[in-house]
Amino acid sequence: MRKDIAPLLAVPVLALIALPFMSLSTWITLTLAGAAMGMMLFLMASGLTLIFGLMDVLNFAHGAFITLGAYLAVSVLGPLSGWVTADSAALNLMALGAALLAGAIASGMAGLVFEAVIVRRVYGAHLQQILITVGGMIVAQQLVVAVWGAQPLLVSKPAVLRGSFVFIGASVETYRVAAVVVGLVIWGAMHVSLNRTRIGLLVRAGVENREMVEALGYRIQRLFIGVFIAGSALAGVGGVMWAVYQELITPEIGQSMTILVFIVVIIGGLGSVTGCFLGAILVGLATNYVGFLAPKLALGSNIALMVAVLLWRPRGLLPVAKA
Amino acid sequence: MAEPLLSLSGVHTHIGQYHILHGVDLVVPEGELTMLLGRNGAGKTTTLRTVMGLWRASAGVIKFAGRDITALPTPDIARLGIAYVPETMGIFSQLTVRENMLLASGPAGLNAARLDVVFALFPVLKQKWHDAAGGLSGGQKQMLAISRAMAEERRLMIVDEPTKGLAPAVIEHLIGGFQTLKQSRTTVLLVEQNFHMARSLGDGVAVMDGGTVIHAGAMAALAADEALQERLLGLSLAEHQ
Repeated sequence: MRKDIAPLLAVPVLALIALPFMSLSTWITLTLAGAAMGMMLFLMASGLTLIFGLMDVLNFAHGAFITLGAYLAVSVLGPLSGWVTADSAALNLMALGAALLAGAIASGMAGLVFEAVIVRRVYGAHLQQILITVGGMIVAQQLVVAVWGAQPLLVSKPAVLRGSFVFIGASVETYRVAAVVVGLVIWGAMHVSLNRTRIGLLVRAGVENREMVEALGYRIQRLFIGVFIAGSALAGVGGVMWAVYQELITPEIGQSMTILVFIVVIIGGLGSVTGCFLGAILVGLATNYVGFLAPKLALGSNIALMVAVLLWRPRGLLPVAKA
Repeated sequence: MAEPLLSLSGVHTHIGQYHILHGVDLVVPEGELTMLLGRNGAGKTTTLRTVMGLWRASAGVIKFAGRDITALPTPDIARLGIAYVPETMGIFSQLTVRENMLLASGPAGLNAARLDVVFALFPVLKQKWHDAAGGLSGGQKQMLAISRAMAEERRLMIVDEPTKGLAPAVIEHLIGGFQTLKQSRTTVLLVEQNFHMARSLGDGVAVMDGGTVIHAGAMAALAADEALQERLLGLSLAEHQ
């Protein structure tokens, strides 16, 4: 089977299309901003694509795990304000690391409960999944309001990641570089886990043909739970990164990202982690380029991007062939 | 006749509102290759899927090696030593040939001795070892599906229409593969529409129609009786040489 490289070219092609319409320094700034946004979107969306691919579950409550991650960022970075503002990069990064860890653990545990209490009852029933997970999203949002309140909360950005620096004449935000690094590290870890471990092999096989995986003697329900926890934890990590980037969060933060996350998953091809990675960067780039060139069109740019990709590849960039 | 390794007694299966199996009685003796024949829609595939727990029996008992497996989940049934090759082959097209084989192997990984047997039977799989399985031809995919069932020692192989849509030369190759399996005394339950294959391989035979087994006996006896073939299958094996 020949390697399909056309989707991989979509990202550089989009970046090159934008180049003639702006100065090089603006292009560098926007491209890095788009890549950073894309990485954070990838973190939020990668779990959703695996959950859909392996479990055939449409989880509209995925945004709740993003919200939980965002609020964990507040709860961890607030008490650690000494570390956050310290004149020490190590302490700054340890504070962010603690928030990421807390976001991942809390969202992972919430995912475990959500799968057991809600999702397990509606496997195979898409309409019920949509209704119950939308309901779950609303309940989760209200729980966040009950715990943290409805008012917007400030998130402290670690001192070392504040501000920007100049790169080839372009202004580059430090935090965006950090987001790209975190995104790449997690993508690399997912890539290795999926392609170099037996569990990863089972997940890839399960995305394609769950029934055959069971017929080979594997209890796929356990795999489902593991993937749901991992997917929720990733959304939590994405929520932490997004909250620190935004610096001001509301209980709607996850819900507001849900549409974008679904667009990323659809563009990438349901079930494909690499497709999700490409889709997230495309969405991030398109949002930043269009936001600069034609701000009034920014809202519709992602829908237009999705339509364009689906006209080119109706099943997304790198769809997984399902049996 | 040898002791049955697999037996179905009065098995009924419903799929949604449809009543597909109407009391299937079937015996698969240990160490033999049992053919399951019948027209399209007779219930052969449903019988195999019901044995594997992929569709639940609504009544009746399925026993494997003396143990009631009727209500067991599919993974537990497979772990008892039953390999299943579905009609669709169940190949993971995005995984390599090696990864497909690895999934069918135990926790210790690929079994070198069994791999030697597989490569001797189907040398093309060795050549395609690191290729994506989705790029294999139909015949090569079927070879992989059968090889996957052989990746570990199994007590029973259940194979659903392995020759469907394959070229005659590939079918002859597969027949050679099943003959090797027979020599190793592997127990096989094989659904097949290709009567030439059925006659050359089968020790025993069961014929299904309308969701029940309407005949069971020795393959040689059915092969020798054209009138019986006409009555059970609507055509004779002699027409399919």
